[in-house]
Amino acid sequence: MNLKVNGDDTEAPEGTNVLALLTLKEVKMPEMVSVELNGEILDREAFESTALKENDAVEFLYFMGGGKSA
Amino acid sequence: MMLSSFFILWAAGKAPKRKNTMDLTEEQIERYSRHIILREVGLQGQLKLLNSRVLLVGAGGLGSPAGLYLAAAGIGTIGIIDGDVVDLSNLQRQVVHTTADLGEPKVNSARETFEAINPDVTVRTYQALLDADNAADILADYDFVIDGTDNFAAKFLVADACHFAKTAYSHAGILRFQGQAITVVPNESACYRCLFHTPPPPNSIPSCSQAGVLGVLAGVVGTIQATEAIKYILGEGKLLTNRLLTYDALEMNFRTIKVKRRESCALCGSNPTITELVDGDAAVCDLDGN
Repeated sequence: MNLKVNGDDTEAPEGTNVLALLTLKEVKMPEMVSVELNGEILDREAFESTALKENDAVEFLYFMGGGKSA
Repeated sequence: MMLSSFFILWAAGKAPKRKNTMDLTEEQIERYSRHIILREVGLQGQLKLLNSRVLLVGAGGLGSPAGLYLAAAGIGTIGIIDGDVVDLSNLQRQVVHTTADLGEPKVNSARETFEAINPDVTVRTYQALLDADNAADILADYDFVIDGTDNFAAKFLVADACHFAKTAYSHAGILRFQGQAITVVPNESACYRCLFHTPPPPNSIPSCSQAGVLGVLAGVVGTIQATEAIKYILGEGKLLTNRLLTYDALEMNFRTIKVKRRESCALCGSNPTITELVDGDAAVCDLDGN
């Protein structure tokens, strides 16, 4: 099925769930990202139970530090 | 008054009302002439900036460029909270500090630079770490906060503190060649916790010191934060709310991802479970960008 991942067209097997998509996209540590599915931020506990559908739009929002410690 | 100042007032379409011109000196009209000529700023807007107060949490990679432009813009009061001293490895990106400042408290170094850029700016310094005990008192004195922290405990603390203080803030992060930013207006737009829930497990996310960061990236993202502060104070334009800006310097690609408030957000959702400020897990603070 075709998905839109971070704005790019991506092919994934039917029934792929969010956790599997993270693996497919080589995100090694799922705790590194929040996932937005069709405009809604998912709870992290729902990654595995959320199956993706044709034309779903998925955004990976990465934790990012930077600046300095304070 | 210099001829150019008359031209600026005329070109801005603003009659030089006596009250306003009395509030700005001729030197200030000249200094801020490129602002005043902008319809969205004008004399009134420049006065708003001069009467505004912005807090920099961290005088590092993000706080440096943000603060430089805020000082130049004539933000009346700039607060800086930072408990660190200038280290040689900071200078690749923390452009408010110079080689001569090595070993000096960053708040002192930043204050000297801001005051040198613009004597209109009052700089208030706090040589400390922002924590659950001091956050409310400090934030109460500011209109807008620039989150220039690195570690996630601090980022969540800034988010929570700004929520309770009802103070708008700009979150930003940088790592390697990528950056992100979002502006949060408490109870009006998606907050940091709407997006990221809770801090990641300690040491799961590399810091700048571990993974590296392109120095100029901090400049790009920090100046976006300054832009948001200025827009917020002016009440002009469309803030970076409900949109996460992501920047990939290697690809030279900017994207904005629409986000929205999360009903189940522990901070700003309909049934919040975070009702007071607490300091984060100290272990998370190991993620240090120095």
